[in-house]
Amino acid sequence: MKKLGVVGTLVILVASLCLGSLALAQEQLTIGLSFPSLSFAWFAFLEEAVKEKATQIGGIEVISLEAEDNVAKQISIIEDMIIRGVDGVLLVPIEVEAVVPAVEALNKANIPVVTVDRRIKEDAPVEVLCHVGADNVEGGRRAAKFIVDELIEKYGEPKGTVIELTGTPGAGPAIDRSAGFNEIMEQYPDITIKAQTANFRRDDGMKVMEDFIMSTPQIDAVFGANDEMILGAIQAIEASGKLDVKEVITVGFDALPEALQLIEEETLDATIEQFPGRQASTAFEILVKYLREKAEPENKVILIEPAVITKDNLHEAEKSIQ
Amino acid sequence: MPEPLETKKEKVSLVERFFILWDRIGILLAFIVVCILFGILTPVFFNPLNILNVIRQVSIIGVIAVGMTFVILLGGIDLSVGSVVAFTGIIAAGFQVKWGGSLFLSIVIPLLIGGGIGFLNGFISTKGGLHPFIVTLGTMSIFRGATLLVAKGRPISGMSRSFRFIGAGMIGPIPFPVILFLGSVIIAAIILRRTVFGRYIYAIGGNEEAALLSGIRVDRYKISAFTILGFLSALSGLILTSRLNSGELVAGEGYELDVIASVVIGGTSMMGGEGGVYGTLIGALLIGVISNGLNLLGVQPYWQMIVRGSIIILAVLMDKMKRRFRTA
Repeated sequence: MKKLGVVGTLVILVASLCLGSLALAQEQLTIGLSFPSLSFAWFAFLEEAVKEKATQIGGIEVISLEAEDNVAKQISIIEDMIIRGVDGVLLVPIEVEAVVPAVEALNKANIPVVTVDRRIKEDAPVEVLCHVGADNVEGGRRAAKFIVDELIEKYGEPKGTVIELTGTPGAGPAIDRSAGFNEIMEQYPDITIKAQTANFRRDDGMKVMEDFIMSTPQIDAVFGANDEMILGAIQAIEASGKLDVKEVITVGFDALPEALQLIEEETLDATIEQFPGRQASTAFEILVKYLREKAEPENKVILIEPAVITKDNLHEAEKSIQ
Repeated sequence: MPEPLETKKEKVSLVERFFILWDRIGILLAFIVVCILFGILTPVFFNPLNILNVIRQVSIIGVIAVGMTFVILLGGIDLSVGSVVAFTGIIAAGFQVKWGGSLFLSIVIPLLIGGGIGFLNGFISTKGGLHPFIVTLGTMSIFRGATLLVAKGRPISGMSRSFRFIGAGMIGPIPFPVILFLGSVIIAAIILRRTVFGRYIYAIGGNEEAALLSGIRVDRYKISAFTILGFLSALSGLILTSRLNSGELVAGEGYELDVIASVVIGGTSMMGGEGGVYGTLIGALLIGVISNGLNLLGVQPYWQMIVRGSIIILAVLMDKMKRRFRTA
């Protein structure tokens, strides 16, 4: 009996090995994924979505590396990927310009590259197969429109004081989101915007909000350019005893599970969803299609439209409440 | 301890007098001036709520700065404190949310881990004969990585009500973190001023060679100082995690700079042997007040960074001048 078991196991092992190598012979791909940092939940979702898609398509190995938010590190990661001989690279560049040399090296090595979420500088002398990203400016606009509508509902006209917590100074998404937000807000002279950066961080969001609560007697709304900051701000509002979190209009950005949970509890009013999973899997598909079938994508730039998630359309969010 | 200059018979010049005075109350004076300035510019500043607000904000950095004072008094340095904050914070959050939710474990285990990391920093640098700058540069990276590893790239949120007391609770009108902070300042001051342990720390920092020759077990004191710092960093990690209601992956990033700045602005010499924890208290408060005041005024944070940097250089410069006049 024991022997039979051993033989059986061996047979299964050999068979699976054969099958495995058969798939290998078909077209085994190795795809490199380089993104800024795992410290932001957003990229963790992106990585997960890519890996899921890879298993779904089959025969693809994903080498995924984070760069600790360090441009030099990202460049060396890409150089290592070239040496390892990956077939294609999915890239979330940390910065628009600094990563250009690495993309040049990829071009030289004839390795196609698709950028996701953040893009390379537009007039850079490099070849990018496709860019799949979110429209951060539009996301900022939608957040602003949501707040304006809520203010009209509250006062009958667009007026009030709105706190804007902006992201890390100089970061692409921080600039774009703020630009879109202020583009709309400028049309309403009776709405006062008070802006301060909280570096996309929850602890800074809380601290900056605490100080705003002291300095600003009446706060009608708070917009956080990411969920981390608005979650920190909500902690500050709840702890202050001066403001009621249900009274203040709060809007975040990124649709993290924790934010969705707070929307369900009616503590947070809205967040902007940019569908990182859809972005990542679309980009991944384009890259694989190009590698396997030599199919060029129809558009060089694919922007996925952001959506405002509120309690009424929670189900549209990509991630669900944990 | 250096002899006070007043006992000398020669005439003391005005400049010298200034630096003697500065040595005693300079930083306190600077702090009071800054406070009055902000008080005039924005009346909200002296609102009791705002004052508690500032001390509470400061307590997260301040608790670590108390520990850092011990290490810097011994001529050492620790860059790993921010990573220890993140790592112990995520462990606490893990025990709260994922691993059974025991309040006891989610407080005790992180504190033990923090102390353990501190011990490791001290042990490797003394027994291995390495500069603590290098050792803690290493552990800084190790525990930032370990934080990501444990958390699998996501913050861990949703602490229990009892755990939230650490960072958000109040005893009467005083926030609990403030009590932890001021408590650690007082305990540290007593240790440094009234115990043999404290006296030996000054002796070692002032002249390590002499301390060794007189039979003080220098290594033990250094390891103890790092252990105290690790423990207090973990305490800060608990306060932060509790306040944010979340174990954050980027928690504590850059804290080492604010912590070292607090200690140095507070008049503790980077060469060791001089300074104390009350100075650190004022140093930490000064940094906190500047950030708070500029926020209240709606000044962009770029200026906060510039102001803070200038103050650090000024403080160290004052320290240097003071020494020159003392040795002259």
